[in-house]
Amino acid sequence: MRRELFFWISVSCGIMIMAFIILPLIQLLTSPSLGMLKESIQDSDVMRSIWLSIYTAGAAALISFFLGTPLAYLLARSDFRGKRLVESIIDLPIAIPHPVIGIAILSVAGKNYWIGQILSGLGIRIMGSVTGIITVLTFVGLPFYLNAAKTGFEAISPRLEKVSRSLGASMFSTFFRITFPLAWRSMLIGIIMCSARAISEFGAVVIVAYHPMIAPVMIYERFEAYGLKYSQPVAVWLVSISLLLFLLLRILTLRNRSEI
Amino acid sequence: MISIQNLNINLKEFNLYDINLSVSENEFFILMGPTGAGKTVLLEAIAGLIPLIRGEIFVGGKKITRLPPEKRGVSIVYQDYALFPHLTVLENITYGLHFHRAEKTSAEKRLDRLLEILNLFELKHRFPINLSGGEKQRVALARALMVEPKVLLLDEPLSALDPNFREEVRGALKRLHQSSDTTFLMVTHDFADALSLAGRAAVMNKGRIEQVGNVREIFEKPASPFVADFVGMKNLFEASFYNTQAVVSGLKIEIGRIVDPSSHYLAIRPEDIIISTETFSSSMRNNYSGIVTRINNQGFYYEIDVRVKDTPFKGLITKGALIELGLEEGIPVYISFKASAVHVF
Repeated sequence: MRRELFFWISVSCGIMIMAFIILPLIQLLTSPSLGMLKESIQDSDVMRSIWLSIYTAGAAALISFFLGTPLAYLLARSDFRGKRLVESIIDLPIAIPHPVIGIAILSVAGKNYWIGQILSGLGIRIMGSVTGIITVLTFVGLPFYLNAAKTGFEAISPRLEKVSRSLGASMFSTFFRITFPLAWRSMLIGIIMCSARAISEFGAVVIVAYHPMIAPVMIYERFEAYGLKYSQPVAVWLVSISLLLFLLLRILTLRNRSEI
Repeated sequence: MISIQNLNINLKEFNLYDINLSVSENEFFILMGPTGAGKTVLLEAIAGLIPLIRGEIFVGGKKITRLPPEKRGVSIVYQDYALFPHLTVLENITYGLHFHRAEKTSAEKRLDRLLEILNLFELKHRFPINLSGGEKQRVALARALMVEPKVLLLDEPLSALDPNFREEVRGALKRLHQSSDTTFLMVTHDFADALSLAGRAAVMNKGRIEQVGNVREIFEKPASPFVADFVGMKNLFEASFYNTQAVVSGLKIEIGRIVDPSSHYLAIRPEDIIISTETFSSSMRNNYSGIVTRINNQGFYYEIDVRVKDTPFKGLITKGALIELGLEEGIPVYISFKASAVHVF
């Protein structure tokens, strides 16, 4: 059968998009020599910044998980006035320009604002600290966790929970015995999405904490100070790690589908 | 056992108004009504799963209106089974035991009895995804009864099943009810379910109870035009059965199959009865002569009452057919219907 023109247009667009995403990445990954890659991974500053990126992103994901799960559940299960508003507020961090996020966070954490005063009273510093980085990353990553977890909860029939309650289980038991085991895959995907988003954040972090240096800030600094060639090896390591995260995500979603 | 007083519920899509209902201990009570009548809402209110505006609910003399669902002793079985997909059949059935203090030996005994009555031994270690509809419904029943509830609520447990599974689960329900002290409250669309399982029933419409009473009484003496219309099956007779025949006050009716000897009733829908003025030669097994006793205009159709010996039948014909046949009250006619049009329960 002869394929129609529409089919070929779709395929061409697809190929173009694939090339658009893949080519710069391949070029980036293949530019630095193995020697340079090895040298940069042995550089303790590079290692420290990549490790800082990973663990601050992980911490942001965990915070999102603990604080976000109850809210995601609430949004999936109940209907209340202003629910749309709450949902739009949750999506705000996706839409706000990243430096603006940094500036906004600094302005509540500053000495002129009551939150900043409480924090400084507790000895907590946001500006130029790991705490500050985690705060920013949580801010940008939360929507991704919340939306994934909410979708997961919505996919579970409320009747399963109703039956569980009628069989004698409390709300808590029902959540941990029924809802959680059925939704954990979505929650895990949410955690991965959230940390992938967090690990790639630059604009907001650079405002709140230039130092300690996370990997994207270090890449930017090396690019500014020494040029493309010098920044590439660090970028390769960071991209490899992000790719690994997304690969994990894909594998998990595929397994999810084939099982159900 | 269950007593509901002035129950009012206001949800977005469904409302219940001034529901008053009482069901005795170990009764098998049926709730009937069209879609959207509020039957499921009433069940979920009894189970404590939706909030009330006003009214009280008592179970076993105890007020449970404000108790959380897990403290009510009321189990619920849904039409779509709602089995826990991540647990095996056995884990599903014993789920409730985590929250009930039960003596181990008595729980094991109960489990064995349920597995036996519901024929689930072979399926114990399967996951719900590998079960047929009938099997899933049997597991849901076992799970609900494993915690020995005071009340078992059944939300159209048979309507998603194929006819042969339906028979099977209906039989299981009957056996379960007879062998337990639990009060059964079931929602159904199907009159055959009501007649074969229940003693008493209620018909609901638009959030209100239209009629409560003995199932047979509801069929024979509908209290409102709505109920009359709803129960639809107009030729309902007490019968005795011999081989492939039924006898209704001396009239032999061929039913073409051997039926469960515990059946007591047969019914024929009026639209399945063909009325003619001459003997009707066809493959239909049941042909009788009778007298037209009444012609009743029902809009698009005419309902014709025909008395055959002492048995009154009702048939439906179009206006065209009425004129063509020249039917009048008092004239002799013939009626015929297929053996397969006879419903037995």
